[in-house]
Amino acid sequence: MSVLVYLIPISLLLGGGALAAFVYTVRSNQYDDPEGDSRRILSEEWDDHPKP
Amino acid sequence: MTAQMRPAMAVCPGCVAAPTEAVETAPTEARLALSLPSIHCQACISAVERGLNAYPGIHSARVNLTLKRALIEADPEVRADDLIPVLAGLGFEAHELDLATLAATQSDRAGRDLLMRLAVAGFASMNVMLLSISVWSGAADATRDMFHWISAAIAFPAVIFAGQPFFKNAWSALRVGRLNMDVPIVLALVLALVTSLWETSLSGEHAYFDAALTLTFFLLAGRYLDYRTRAVARSAAEELAALEVPRAIRMEAGAEVEVAVADLAIGDLILVRPGGRMPVDGVVAEGQSELDRSLLTGETLPVFAAPGAQVSAGEVNLTGPLVIRAEAVGEDTSLHRMADLVAIAESGRSRYTSLADSAAKLYAPGVHILSALAFVGWYLYTFDLRMALNIAAAVLIITCPCALGLAVPAVTTAASGRLFKKGMLIKHATALERLAGVDTVVFDKTGTLTAGTPQLENFDDFGREDLEIALALAEGSAHPLSRALTSAARAAGIAPAIVTDLQERPGYGTEGLYQGREVRLGRAGWLGADQGSQTAAWLDTGAGGPARGFRFTDSLRPGAAEAVAALHAAGKEVLLISGDTTGAVEDLAARLGISKWLAEALPEDKAARVQMLTDQGKKVLMVGDGLNDTAALAAAHVSISPASALDAARVASDIVLLGQDLEPIAEACVVAQKATKRIRENFRIATLYNVIAVPLAIAGFATPLIAALAMSTSSITVSLNALRLK
Repeated sequence: MSVLVYLIPISLLLGGGALAAFVYTVRSNQYDDPEGDSRRILSEEWDDHPKP
Repeated sequence: MTAQMRPAMAVCPGCVAAPTEAVETAPTEARLALSLPSIHCQACISAVERGLNAYPGIHSARVNLTLKRALIEADPEVRADDLIPVLAGLGFEAHELDLATLAATQSDRAGRDLLMRLAVAGFASMNVMLLSISVWSGAADATRDMFHWISAAIAFPAVIFAGQPFFKNAWSALRVGRLNMDVPIVLALVLALVTSLWETSLSGEHAYFDAALTLTFFLLAGRYLDYRTRAVARSAAEELAALEVPRAIRMEAGAEVEVAVADLAIGDLILVRPGGRMPVDGVVAEGQSELDRSLLTGETLPVFAAPGAQVSAGEVNLTGPLVIRAEAVGEDTSLHRMADLVAIAESGRSRYTSLADSAAKLYAPGVHILSALAFVGWYLYTFDLRMALNIAAAVLIITCPCALGLAVPAVTTAASGRLFKKGMLIKHATALERLAGVDTVVFDKTGTLTAGTPQLENFDDFGREDLEIALALAEGSAHPLSRALTSAARAAGIAPAIVTDLQERPGYGTEGLYQGREVRLGRAGWLGADQGSQTAAWLDTGAGGPARGFRFTDSLRPGAAEAVAALHAAGKEVLLISGDTTGAVEDLAARLGISKWLAEALPEDKAARVQMLTDQGKKVLMVGDGLNDTAALAAAHVSISPASALDAARVASDIVLLGQDLEPIAEACVVAQKATKRIRENFRIATLYNVIAVPLAIAGFATPLIAALAMSTSSITVSLNALRLK
């Protein structure tokens, strides 16, 4: 059972990472325009070079 | 809004850093918002953003497709009026939005807060659940204790952070000596955590950390759904308000200056162009015109206005430009005085208790008594404090209103979403429940059942020559009656006669020369005719003989007849109460088959009538749009107003009809009844689960596994049942 010493911290870290990522997305307004963002990805406008 | 937009701007640091001369010359930025109702695809986004960004003076423009809005950062001299034609050229309809009004909506901090707590609860409950599953599947001794300790380390901070909304609500209820749904929730959470910690410290077998967290997660999900539904409705309602940008043209030493309505002072001279709405109460100082008072009084007949005439905020100027001297501004205008009437009427409505509250009233004491009895019973039976406490916690967790917390919001979200697609905006949380009980519907006439656009009635009474002259005269004016006359004549294939020296006389009508004779089209007083009770424009062909009248009726709003018929078919009583003249109201009532009607009603009469019906035990739905309806809207059990209504009326009503069509009203009643049925079903499902699980808990057979299963299945069943509404 000594494998738990690694596995538990790893699982907690992974979960915590996901939580941190979610907090980041909320804080950077990524849920303000879900419909628009899902369409913007279809636009070819900035395919060749990123938006300045 | 500012706080929220900052990070979004950082997406495009280049826009700010780019060395354009605009940035150098203009340190301050104008912020503009445009409503773009017709955008729908990714190509639209690109076209609008490209078009706006190419406009000189604009630093950045970003489209929000979800809200159908464009937010623009630009030089201070760029005005929304300049951008609207640019977008019209690209094929997009655009309207300016008042950012000050929108600012209130954008402070979405509460929603974000709730989402964050939901995420923390979700993360914690998943991790603890993983640990718990290994305990349930047989982890023992030191391993089990370690898992319990880790669970405790996750559960305590997570519940303390995520459960704050419940702690606050429960505390505010307890402080005034009441019980609400949150009190048993908090008690269950606290008791579960404390007994579990105690058990863990004694290396006990059962810990309820996972139950406490799952409970928090499900309950927060319910809260969040509830919040979202209301936030969507609120932002849409405020967008309607923001479309009316409160600006006025003030005359300053002969020059026209555009100012915000809030900056107007008593004694200011204000120019109101034809088609414009009076921003303040005042007296006409210059000019002649006709006024449309229908939103204030329900009268359809335009009123003549000349210097010295009294005008009230909200009236619409029809023909000529008017200069008004302000006599009352802001809070003192008649628009705002109506607020007192509304406040009185509203006090009656606050007595309504929602289904969730009445359920909580039964539920909360029951749960506490049950759990206390279990504790006392087991303690007296075994004199084992630890065991009695464990059982009491199990009872509290199992009875905890997890499914009850989801029962109402899940259904309201589904129903509101469905009605929103039909063009109805549910503004108030309990509006659907109240709508379900409606048995009497009171309609206002002008602007609600009628569209507010006149329709020519006696077209066939006139000869071709007369019609040709009338058409020529009518085309020279933008008056609503002239426009109705023009479209009717054009539709009949009439070509205008050759009328020279065409001239509009604001407030009176139009005149011109036809074959050397003076011809005139206008109001009765100008042509020496007798004004009857009906809206009419009079024609004098100069050929001798009295002037003859074109009579107009108000055209019905689309769906009005269907809505009334459907409400009748559903067994509801339909009434018509209007401030308009008896003849006009009687005529419309006959057309729609409404047998009970009341004409020439003052605002107080309307509210009193609604109150009277309420006192008779009727549940009244009021549908109205005018200022004269606001008190009645607030007094009714539930109220609906069309989007074209005055802001004050929209604020006073629970539901706003976004489209032109009235037909959804009847359907909304049906959906509301279905939704209320589902809510009751959900309550029954939740109770059924309790009936099965509570005896187990009291008998001491409940394990954390059973608690988790009962809780999750009941919550999921309730949510699925709510989704059946779609």
